[in-house]
Amino acid sequence: MKVLVPVKRVVDYNVKVRVKSDGTGVELANVKMSMNPFDEIAVEEAIRLKEKGVVTEIVAVSIGVQQSQETIRTALAMGADRGILVVTDQPTESLAVAKILAAIAKEEAPQLIILGKQAIDDDANQTGQMLSGLLGWPQGTFASKITADGAMVTVEREIDGGAETVELKLPAVVTTDLRLNEPRYASLPNIMKAKSKPIASKTPADYGVDATPRLQILKVVEPSKRTAGVKVKTVDELVDKLKVLGAIG
Amino acid sequence: MTAFDDWRARSPYYDETHEAVAQSVRRFVAAEVAPHIDRWEAEGELPRELHRKAAAAGILGLGYPEEYGGHSEGFDIFHSLTQSEELAAPGAGGLTASLMTHGIGLPPILALGSDEMKRRIAPEVLAGDKIIALAITEPSGGSDVAQLKTRATLVGNKYVVSGQKQFITSGMRADYLTVAVRTGGPGMAGISLMLVETDRPGVSRTRLDKMGWRCSDTATIHFDDVEVPPENLIGPENGGFAGIMRNFNGERLGMAMGCCAHARVALAEAVAWATTRETFGKRLAQHQSIRIKLADCERQIEATQAWVDLCAWQSREGRGRPADYAMLKVQATRMLEAVAREAAQVLGGASYITGSKIERIYREVRVNAIGGGSEEIMLDLAGRQLGYT
Repeated sequence: MKVLVPVKRVVDYNVKVRVKSDGTGVELANVKMSMNPFDEIAVEEAIRLKEKGVVTEIVAVSIGVQQSQETIRTALAMGADRGILVVTDQPTESLAVAKILAAIAKEEAPQLIILGKQAIDDDANQTGQMLSGLLGWPQGTFASKITADGAMVTVEREIDGGAETVELKLPAVVTTDLRLNEPRYASLPNIMKAKSKPIASKTPADYGVDATPRLQILKVVEPSKRTAGVKVKTVDELVDKLKVLGAIG
Repeated sequence: MTAFDDWRARSPYYDETHEAVAQSVRRFVAAEVAPHIDRWEAEGELPRELHRKAAAAGILGLGYPEEYGGHSEGFDIFHSLTQSEELAAPGAGGLTASLMTHGIGLPPILALGSDEMKRRIAPEVLAGDKIIALAITEPSGGSDVAQLKTRATLVGNKYVVSGQKQFITSGMRADYLTVAVRTGGPGMAGISLMLVETDRPGVSRTRLDKMGWRCSDTATIHFDDVEVPPENLIGPENGGFAGIMRNFNGERLGMAMGCCAHARVALAEAVAWATTRETFGKRLAQHQSIRIKLADCERQIEATQAWVDLCAWQSREGRGRPADYAMLKVQATRMLEAVAREAAQVLGGASYITGSKIERIYREVRVNAIGGGSEEIMLDLAGRQLGYT
């Protein structure tokens, strides 16, 4: 079976992001960029399914600026087979991304699409669900375990109350949670081998999608600083304080 | 962690394959090194398992011939520089010094050794199964290589080696030593390179404790009538000096790159602090005196990096001069000394407390300025080679 894995180029998770001085967003100039960690988990899961013999081909897709090609190369170095780069300089919003992915899915006819549950830049957590809706495919979100055979995929998913297991008929959309797996790092020789794997270059227009943003960012601010705490001597005093603060009734 | 990460993207020497190497090594370091480095610093050595993992990730073999298990196809010296920058991320120079000791121990074998020796040694070193170290310096002297005293005498069909080697990086764990020995008369014309397996009877070693590079084991090694077969000679008898000198060029370029990388780590930590810490009603970086310090550090790093990259290019093109590598190393160690000092000043008291990267980098300034050829020896060597006599 063929698997589609979308991968997003985001600020490296180790970078402490800074708000731009004009408050229009976070500073991206001169900042380390990497593959969204949830997407790495998606790539890793696809590779594991391939290693088990369930999957035959892994196609990595990235939508964004030209440099997103590097993110696809990372996926190829990890073990994906080929890439599709959809170049746009505009900010990528979940719905536009979902529409592009839906169009690619119709063209590529994968049996399974594995996405990160969210990207660590805008934390939208929408693309997988929207994609599933647009395609009319079943979805298994926040997967902590995936088992697939030729016709079905079983997804253990993390929900507020605990864990839930769903069985989806293929083709299906699955989004990954942190505990699904621990992604491998590409070995250096595989990085060189990835250079010869093909990447097709496209635009949103090729898929009939207008990627113009629909959302307007009004203001971005730093989280408020933590204020100094107060020491209490007894449990009673603690309870009183919490009552005064309205934290407990 | 803001303004120092994309310098390669603005350099003519680096492309997206170098960035991919950076990403991969960064992942390796974050997963396999960063969580353990403080413990290894305390324990005084790296686990062997790390060598095997680094080999599997392609790190140990980068730049070495494919036929011995290395990875040279498509790689150039700038991939190696990129890798060493990423290995510097934990701010512990002992990591590179000890994990990559084969970078000074193995090249003489690949350059001068017999085919049999290359096939026997290189694959298991590049697989991380065996550790090789370079043993040149002696208790009686280091920089004056031509005067070394460890002697290998041919007795019957074996060499018998006697003497001592000092400050040997990875010396406690090494399975193999590339040793400089005297096989002939006095001076540089009597020196040979020899492979000595550390399990040979008569080899013993003593651990040395030290100021920095603490996760890198360092040894004094004693050779007490160690019998070594003649086929362990690396290159011709009494022809070792040129090989030693040539090996120093790569070591010095590598150390210069390491200085740039660690200076960037120190500066990144200082900037992170200066842009968040508030004093007198504003952020540290908003005080002109602090901003000047930070820019001055950046100035010195970029100037040194530009020369590192030029020397790397010259090395790749076969156009390098030994004097340049020697002077480059001095430039880099003095730059690191200045940057480590200023970064520590910016952090203030926090830089003096164990646990900050700057505290460790500051301690490691000295080993860079002395090891691999002291600043004074480097400049004297350069002066001689430039004909200023």
